[in-house]
Amino acid sequence: MAVNIRVKVHPVVLFQITDSYERRNIDSDRVIGTLVGSVDKQCVEVTNCFSIPHKEHTDRVEADIMYAQEMFDLNKKVSPQENLVGWFATGNEVTNHSALIHDYYARETKDPIHLTLDTTLENGRMTMKAYVFVPLGVPGATTGSMFTPVPVEVVASEPEIAGLDLLHKSKHQKLLTRPIEPLPDLTKISEAAAKLEDFLDVLIRYVGSVCDGSHQADNVIGRQLWDLVQSVPKMDSEEFERMLNSNVRDLLMVIYLSQMTKTQLKLNEKLSMHSAANIKEMAKLIPSD
Amino acid sequence: MSDRGSRRNTENENRIESVQIDGLVVMKLIKQCHEAESSGNAFAQGALLGLVAETRPDARLEITHCFPFPGLNDETIDDEDFQLTMMRRLRQVNVDHQHVGWYQSAQFANFLSPTLLDTQFAYQTSIEESVCLIFDTAKTSQGFISLKAFRLTAEAIKMYKDGDFSPDVVKDLKLSFESLMEEVPIIIKNSHLMNALLLELKEQLPLDIESAQFLDLGTSGTLETQLRVMMDNVDELNQESIKFNKHQNLVLKQYQDKTRWIQKRQLENQARASRGEDPLPEEDISKAFKPIPPPSRLNPLILSGTIANTADEVSEFCSQSLGKLFITEPLQNAKMSASNAQ
Repeated sequence: MAVNIRVKVHPVVLFQITDSYERRNIDSDRVIGTLVGSVDKQCVEVTNCFSIPHKEHTDRVEADIMYAQEMFDLNKKVSPQENLVGWFATGNEVTNHSALIHDYYARETKDPIHLTLDTTLENGRMTMKAYVFVPLGVPGATTGSMFTPVPVEVVASEPEIAGLDLLHKSKHQKLLTRPIEPLPDLTKISEAAAKLEDFLDVLIRYVGSVCDGSHQADNVIGRQLWDLVQSVPKMDSEEFERMLNSNVRDLLMVIYLSQMTKTQLKLNEKLSMHSAANIKEMAKLIPSD
Repeated sequence: MSDRGSRRNTENENRIESVQIDGLVVMKLIKQCHEAESSGNAFAQGALLGLVAETRPDARLEITHCFPFPGLNDETIDDEDFQLTMMRRLRQVNVDHQHVGWYQSAQFANFLSPTLLDTQFAYQTSIEESVCLIFDTAKTSQGFISLKAFRLTAEAIKMYKDGDFSPDVVKDLKLSFESLMEEVPIIIKNSHLMNALLLELKEQLPLDIESAQFLDLGTSGTLETQLRVMMDNVDELNQESIKFNKHQNLVLKQYQDKTRWIQKRQLENQARASRGEDPLPEEDISKAFKPIPPPSRLNPLILSGTIANTADEVSEFCSQSLGKLFITEPLQNAKMSASNAQ
């Protein structure tokens, strides 16, 4: 069994696991659930998950299998491209019960992965680990299996990163003291420009210190800096002025047109209402016999 | 689509002042809407679960979970069944199971449609506090999260109850395209454990990708699409206006015909009376001149609303692009002066 599997997890999954952990029953310490996603050669990508009610006793584990089946079917209807790829559990370690649960999942899919997320913050951090079940032992003698860790990382698409960025802003607020709304665009632009400025400051300081000789010059960084400077398109000032002005003109015209459209809409509304009122008035003028 | 503040608090007991969304819901929305977009579905829909925090005077709607509906193309799935099963299962894992609204993805603010208003009306009459969340996928791919919560105003509900969209009703209720739906402010909140998770993720994910997106100078592509959408809508609105005007003209002509007819009859009657004959039997006017049904004002209202929204989005986008251009100007000047000085 190849152990060079890489596991990629989307942030949604981690959020879901944390949420399920917060909502667990009073008497459960852990939460388990199913992971769904897709397998691509040596890379397993986990895109969604859902938790399963279960109880753990000292010698056995009870889990609602029907529930797992049904949830998986429901999920399949919404996202048909997601397959079962493994299961997750909260907590820091792999227990005896995990082997039993893993056994069940091994019957459902070919090579399930097991993901743990430490929600108890044991080491002061939320560590995330992934395992596969590897058979070991000497052939011919008793074979066993053990959980082997595999590398796991978090990946996110661009919209997800934008979402995370928004959530970051809210984490420093005490609950509900200030509303965090999806920010208007100009603020975002100024923030991005400020960040760029910070980066440039760091770079300038680095270059300055290399020139002074206080810092060792690194060829790799030097070459990257060269690329950076070269990638700025070379234009003389008139061309640039022309481009800038034409863009600015286009944008101003569009703004003007859209404002005018809005005013027209309001006028249209008012005029229609007035004509409707007038027609009613006219009806009164008909002499009745 | 302005927020109507604290007007009419006494009349409408179920005002929602703000909507509070968990971070989990935001992430799930992003994932589902973008998946739907890339797999070719027109838009994605789903249900919102949560609860209502009744602390007066600040009625807040908390949204703690959401799940998507299966694709609209698939006829074999029964929507009711799916929802019920899903909610039953979620209840077993202690998720809040009160159905408080629904969401839909949209492309550049083109979400207003008769079906949307119908659905929102059905929701709002059955569950008083429901909202409709609109998630704009086109804006998110540019890097800005665009999430808005809408509810129908009290006047719109009245109009829908009667089912009558004639110009008279619209005028009486003083409805304009702006007062169809009102926007509710959104607050995003995370529990403390989620915040710990966010801190972890911050270290693991390269977060400097996002800032580069915002500073992208290529604006013509999105601008073109938006303007095209707006032009289509304006054309449609034009058609509706023409219909309305035609109707007005017809009604006017009918009134004139009626007047003439009545006058003729009166003359006839007078002539007959002077000759000593019985007056003509009374004929019911309405049988002779059937009233012309007025065209529904719903479509023009919707179209105007959409155009107004798109116009807003376009001007916001333009102002942001202007800002970007003005940032590059001093950079270029600095570069010029630096290269001249060498």
